Amino acid sequence: MAGVQTNRLDSGGLIDRSAPLNFRFDGKSFSGFQGDTLASALVANGVKLVGRSFKYHRPRGILTAGSEEPNALVELRTGARREPNTKATTAELYEGLEAASQNRWPSLRHDVMSVNQLFAPIFVAGFYYKTFMWPAKFWEAIYEPAIRRAAGLGRAAGVADPDHYDKAWAHCDVLIAGSGPAGLAAALAAGRSGARVILCEEDFTLGGRLLSDGGMIDGLPAAEWLVRTQAELAAMPDVRIMTRTTLFGVYDGGTYGALERVNDHLPSAPEHQVRQRLWRVVAKRCVVAAGALERPIVFAGNDTPGVMMASAMRTYVGRYAAVPAKRVALFTNNEDGWRTVETTLAAGLQIAAVIDARPDVSPAHRSLASKNGFTVLHGSVSGVDGGKDGVRKIAVSLTGGARAEVEADGLAVSGGWNPAVGLTSYHRGRPKWRDDIAAFVPDGAPPGMVAAGAANGDFGLGACLSQGFAAGAAAAHDTGHGGEAGTAPVADDEAFALTPLWHVAGKGKAFVDYQHDVTASDIELAQREGFESVEHLKRYTTLGMATDQGKTSNVAGLAIMAAVSGRSIPETGTTIYRPPYVPVAIGAFAGHHRDETFHATRLTPSHHWAAEQGAVFVDTGLWKRAQWYPRAGEKDWLESVTREVTAVRGGVGFCDVSTLGKIDVHGPDAGAFLDRVYINTFSNLAVGKARYGLMLREDGIVYDDGTTSRLAEDHYFLTTTTAKAGLVMQHLEFCRQVLFPELDVQLTSVSDQWAQFSIAGPKTRDLLKEIVDPAEDLSNEGFPFMAAREVALRGGIRARLFRISFSGEMAFEISVPARYGEAMARNLMLAGKQFGVTPYGTEALGVMRVEKGHIAGPELSGTTTAADLGLGKMMSTKKDFIGRVMAGREALVAPDRQVVVGIRPTDRARRLRSGAHIIPKGQTPGPGNDQGYVTSVCFSPTSDQWIGLALVEHGRERIGEIVHAHDPIRGEDYDVELCNPVFYDPDGGRQRG
Amino acid sequence: MRIVCPFCGERELGEFTYLGDAKPVRPAADAGEDAVYDYVYLRDNIAGMMSENWYHGGGCRAWLKVTRNTLTHEISAVEPAAGAGAAKVGA
Repeated sequence: MAGVQTNRLDSGGLIDRSAPLNFRFDGKSFSGFQGDTLASALVANGVKLVGRSFKYHRPRGILTAGSEEPNALVELRTGARREPNTKATTAELYEGLEAASQNRWPSLRHDVMSVNQLFAPIFVAGFYYKTFMWPAKFWEAIYEPAIRRAAGLGRAAGVADPDHYDKAWAHCDVLIAGSGPAGLAAALAAGRSGARVILCEEDFTLGGRLLSDGGMIDGLPAAEWLVRTQAELAAMPDVRIMTRTTLFGVYDGGTYGALERVNDHLPSAPEHQVRQRLWRVVAKRCVVAAGALERPIVFAGNDTPGVMMASAMRTYVGRYAAVPAKRVALFTNNEDGWRTVETTLAAGLQIAAVIDARPDVSPAHRSLASKNGFTVLHGSVSGVDGGKDGVRKIAVSLTGGARAEVEADGLAVSGGWNPAVGLTSYHRGRPKWRDDIAAFVPDGAPPGMVAAGAANGDFGLGACLSQGFAAGAAAAHDTGHGGEAGTAPVADDEAFALTPLWHVAGKGKAFVDYQHDVTASDIELAQREGFESVEHLKRYTTLGMATDQGKTSNVAGLAIMAAVSGRSIPETGTTIYRPPYVPVAIGAFAGHHRDETFHATRLTPSHHWAAEQGAVFVDTGLWKRAQWYPRAGEKDWLESVTREVTAVRGGVGFCDVSTLGKIDVHGPDAGAFLDRVYINTFSNLAVGKARYGLMLREDGIVYDDGTTSRLAEDHYFLTTTTAKAGLVMQHLEFCRQVLFPELDVQLTSVSDQWAQFSIAGPKTRDLLKEIVDPAEDLSNEGFPFMAAREVALRGGIRARLFRISFSGEMAFEISVPARYGEAMARNLMLAGKQFGVTPYGTEALGVMRVEKGHIAGPELSGTTTAADLGLGKMMSTKKDFIGRVMAGREALVAPDRQVVVGIRPTDRARRLRSGAHIIPKGQTPGPGNDQGYVTSVCFSPTSDQWIGLALVEHGRERIGEIVHAHDPIRGEDYDVELCNPVFYDPDGGRQRG
Repeated sequence: MRIVCPFCGERELGEFTYLGDAKPVRPAADAGEDAVYDYVYLRDNIAGMMSENWYHGGGCRAWLKVTRNTLTHEISAVEPAAGAGAAKVGA
């Protein structure tokens, strides 16, 4: 147990004194209580210095008590869970918490880089742009790394995040952001009316400012009203309360983003639980009761540890019973700031003085001052004497010109309140200015959304309750829920008399944006240099661009710009608001979509059998495909693949090709439909026959290829490449539904319904006879090349059998219902044992297709025409088809187009690699003489050397020419001979035999 | 964004694929190269209401004609494509 909590009150607050928690900050042990945040626990332990500033490394303390905190950023946790830039003001304390301050070396108290303060005059707005311009090459090597070391925030963990994150959907009628008086009243009204309600609260406790400021509602103290209200809401089955959940964005169609910190309040998430959950909430209506943020006044030394927002001081004293200062001065320009005086005095602390910038102070306040022995000074704070140990003395410029000094160890500041206009402005809404509160308020909101209470600029407790209630009732009514809402809770409104004050002139740095170290003089400089537009001001000075997104600084910054540029604040305007409202970890957006669950994995029907065989799998899109089947003693993949190819060419082998896209095309117009989507004709295909087809895009470039068979007069079975299976289905549906709705044809995707195997090699027929019912005629006459029909298998299963060949061998493809796929693989092995059947993978498949000169993915590259691929003659001239007209464009029929040709190295021992450029022999490689490139290569066991396919200008006319292959990536240069792309069995006798 | 599919009901954006302007009509077979060029390449860049082709690939595979305001993303109408839905009866 660490030492006593020096700055903890003996009683009061919403902490559990029976549940002490130990924690460490910068290696030093402290203790706090359940119910603390890290910030409140630090306050309770008298810690004032919590960080160093971004640019000048100035000592900084805690400024606020919420998610708007710019200063108190820490690295929370250690090791892989270390999370930089965590706000101490929202981090819940837990047993064993470890936190470290940021941006200091060697220690927080003795930070070497604080010498930057001495050079402060040069670290002005635009400093980097102006200083590190020459020489240009120095930027990456010297300037940027040095600047990044010196200026910065926390360090990322640098290793993979060990935690799990989840993504979920929620649906409701009424979504409520915030659980202050307005949000709770809205929930009561909407819930009583019978609407489905979700209420999101970023804090771990409901109540908002009620937790700090109290008040009387319906004649009850706020704490009691909170208990009663929570009980009523908990009893409503359709009201869902989500604490630790920040509504961070609004998207189109009533979709909202929310981040639930499910287990951030524990050292680590319990087993099988997620750390955070990203919610997408679909809501018909949304009530924004997100409250308002108190804003600082800009004066010299306003960043001294011990200077704190007045409302935050009330929170630490009232809610956490933690004492930020024992002798407090208050600097305010409004009535609300005075509430800090009451809270401070009630806790038995001293008020040193109240510096009120307004012309008048009420008699009630004067008598409070005289009764409690503090002075009320009319004027402004012009300087703070203090340092890393906190505030010592405060300099005051009195109205009329005189000066005064106040001795205090803490300074509470209130410059008024800014409604949280983020959510209402995220659809490029521009908030409007309200003079009476000197603040921007929402001016409309995205469809279905309305702001209520302080978020709408109405700060009084009574107004919050009545507006929230009305908004909740209206939202319920709009979504069809007319239940009895009862009456709204009632409370008085507090006074909020404010005289605007943004900036007090004085000597020393006066900070606007604490987190990015932007001072009032930076804004003045930006104006002088012409960066007057708020969007320019923001980017030139980096005002509001830190992790807090300027929650405490933006309005003050543009008010100062307005003053120096002689415009009003509304004329100066606001920058565009964009989500997220608070930083959201990338891990939460990714959810479970990382590592092996990054995307879905599709397994072929024979996958488990292939895994038993020891297959090596390759990812092709979402699929895992068997790439080769290594056997004991084989030294590398090439040896296995070569064996597989040789076994097929000499005997029989089979390969699972189920990943091909498969589409059943039905209907009287099926043939006419295929004629329009393929360049060749299918309406004249005989029933029982298969034909190779090629599709173009409408711009004339080749889209996809595959074999299509006619199984009946009105039934075709179409296959696509593996890669384009989904896209071709989408394309064909577009053709059917949008382009040619007059055709009577239907498409059914059956890719997952059929397991398909290619069986190839001279002994294929022998093997098939063992599988297929003996009554089926498999002879060359009874089942010739390119025949396709349904057959019965031994045992009665119906299969589709296609006499097609990708390998160039006598081959069939056989389809069985997918549930029989694995059994088929096992049966082929069993029945084929006598013929030495060999399973082969995609690598051997690829070798055999290159040997046969068949095109595949590398040649169907989205840049090639049918003629480029040697298939120009397939283009029918007797019918219209997709891509026909554009395929005739000048550039697509130019004689110098790169066309598919075979290549083989002049040195038979040389290995080829895809991607090498083809250059005329004897020339120095360069863009000017680049004539094409190598698309596919393989080691051909049949040719006993490496061979390949290439796209080469005038390729078909240059057969026999020796050209140069230039591969700058691998640093290889060698000669190849251009040759016929069909290396194996050019007359096709084997596949027809 | 959410789209009310006429066949499936209101679904979220991730189920749909966007294609583009639904206005261009594929020219007749004898329309000539210029007409096809316009059809393939020339598109209006509309700031406001636009008729668009969307594909409900994560649902019923229907192509939909969606009327959407490109400035606000508000969707005012969703119609099935002419050939979407069940097989023609008696065609």
